Amino acid sequence: MTKNKGRNDKISNTSKLPLGGSAVGFNQVAVKKEKRLFRPERELNLKGKICPYTFIESMLALEEMKTGEILRIIVDYPPSVGDVPRSLKNEGYEVLEVAPVNDTDWAIWVRNIELK
Amino acid sequence: MRFSEGQIHRYSRQMILPGVGGKGQRKLADARVFILGAGGLGSPAAMYLAAAGVGTIGLADFDRVELHNLQRQILHRTDDIGLLKVDSGKRTLESLNPEAEIRTYAERITSTNIRQVIKDYHLVLDGSDNFPARFLVNDACFFEKKTLISGAILRFQGQISTFKPQSGGPCYRCLIPEPPPPGTAPSCQEAGILGAVAGIIGVMQANEALKELIGLGESLAGRLLLFDALSLCFDEAKIQRNPSCRLCGDTPEIKDLIDYPLACQG
Repeated sequence: MTKNKGRNDKISNTSKLPLGGSAVGFNQVAVKKEKRLFRPERELNLKGKICPYTFIESMLALEEMKTGEILRIIVDYPPSVGDVPRSLKNEGYEVLEVAPVNDTDWAIWVRNIELK
Repeated sequence: MRFSEGQIHRYSRQMILPGVGGKGQRKLADARVFILGAGGLGSPAAMYLAAAGVGTIGLADFDRVELHNLQRQILHRTDDIGLLKVDSGKRTLESLNPEAEIRTYAERITSTNIRQVIKDYHLVLDGSDNFPARFLVNDACFFEKKTLISGAILRFQGQISTFKPQSGGPCYRCLIPEPPPPGTAPSCQEAGILGAVAGIIGVMQANEALKELIGLGESLAGRLLLFDALSLCFDEAKIQRNPSCRLCGDTPEIKDLIDYPLACQG
């Protein structure tokens, strides 16, 4: 995939994200800025990684964490911005926030819960 | 154990499955599975288990690879003819997944060594081709409290079940109390076998092994699945623990392993 194509994907994908809000400034798409209401127990930098590895590495990090702890995941692969939170929710984890950090990176905040 | 980048890539398509994840993958890595027979059933079963990341696989077979094995025993290649099946199988499995530890047993598995051999494994797959071996492995698994995943094939048909009498289910003897008299049951040599049927049953044994190891879905214990390739039909029969089973019943008579005579070298 060329860099240009990646940028285009980014714009078209973010416009479909169910984030809502009114803040403008990320690729001309209205999205909420990262609120940073919580203090994460762990941060996971997944920049440069693609699906499904972004999800798997997030899940592996959560499996190592204690119940109730918060993980902040940084991704820059556009499909992961939607896929990782959705997959984590399907597993039963509590997704607290998905928000852009800058022009390329997104933060996904997840609370670890005890899965059966 | 932390997964390497390579492991995450290798197992990614099953780690993303609900109920598997890193925890399930770790269970497989820690698992030790013993497979009796590196033939038609053992071949596909061992390959899928090694591919899935089962940490240790024990492979027992005293035969050597022959030309007529190759139609169904996919662990072995034409160049392997004359090699011990366990050596040929070990090489195939290690090239498929170098992370798997393959332990080989080229000696005949009998009443004198089977309990010692299976003691160290979590799960046993029966891929043997004769009744004496089936009863030996069933009885040994009962005494050692090991889950047994039993497969059998003939011509265009196959069957599979899981036996866990240690969890209250039936054993193989609850289904078939004693081996049939020598000569009454045809061997593969006499009756033939479609290679793909061996593959289907062997792969289902691997499937059930993975479920048992990870703790997924519904166990096949208490059910006998029958497969007919010509009609492409599956039938299921419920099997219950037999209170008068001579092995696992209320008043057991069998206290030791029995070496039944092998009718022929099928």
